[in-house]
Amino acid sequence: MKARVHVMLKNGVLDPQGEAVKHALGALGFQGVEGVRQGKVIELELADGTTEATVRDMCERLLANTVIESYSVELG
Amino acid sequence: MHAAVLVFPGSNCDRDLAVAFEKAGAKVSMVWHKDTGLPEGVDVVGVPGGFSYGDYLRCGAIAANSPICGALKEHVSRGGYALGICNGFQVLTETRLLPGALRRNAGLKYICRPVDLLVGTADSAFTTGYQAGQRITVPIAHHDGNYYADAQTLQQLQAEDRIAFRYAENPNGSVGDIAGILSENRRVLGMMPHPERMAEPAHGGTDGAAMFRALLDQVVTA
Repeated sequence: MKARVHVMLKNGVLDPQGEAVKHALGALGFQGVEGVRQGKVIELELADGTTEATVRDMCERLLANTVIESYSVELG
Repeated sequence: MHAAVLVFPGSNCDRDLAVAFEKAGAKVSMVWHKDTGLPEGVDVVGVPGGFSYGDYLRCGAIAANSPICGALKEHVSRGGYALGICNGFQVLTETRLLPGALRRNAGLKYICRPVDLLVGTADSAFTTGYQAGQRITVPIAHHDGNYYADAQTLQQLQAEDRIAFRYAENPNGSVGDIAGILSENRRVLGMMPHPERMAEPAHGGTDGAAMFRALLDQVVTA
């Protein structure tokens, strides 16, 4: 089975990379880009039967720094 | 005083830190990241700058989960001293031995230059050689030194006089101009600037040397 973990900076934590991407899109002439937030996607190949709770534990302990990042888990 | 300097794959300030401890008069042991324990009688653990594990995942995140960091946590829970510089500060926040986190610099650029710091408190073994409010010059060299803590943590750090150093002119977007903070028991210091790179005249200045001398005085007499 597979799991996909999305890690994003929490709302309210300034994302300077997202801001830079937003400005670059503006410079390319794209209008109306009101905000860009950049995160990461981590794909996990897991033994069948691994629970969502286990993947969330992985996020809490390593994959995300919950001081500044939030995460979501997609199984399957 | 016996100092241990941790060495991770990608550490590059480990020897500089060892020399700074030695010049102040300490005995120094280099300790490899796969070791599960510290040498007998270690008073201070130095977590050096560099790019531990290539900064993979997040700066300091993999190092924080290495075997030696288990020993570091035990050392700190017994009341031992620890000094994390640059990547070492990132490791200390990732282990949660210090609050907050270090984000990408607000200007997105790696910054390597001397900066002026204001000493926030002289009330710690690391900073007792300075006066609160004193201006010192120490280099920074980082891409991810933009300190973040939520409003409540920030207020707590201020109320408990735990902000060891502030930038005189904020180079990286850190909240409250914070360059270095102390743990609740004041025995763990994390800072982005490099005092070990401003510790003898050949470095172009000696403002960092007072930290190592003070630490040695405090720990030897403790």
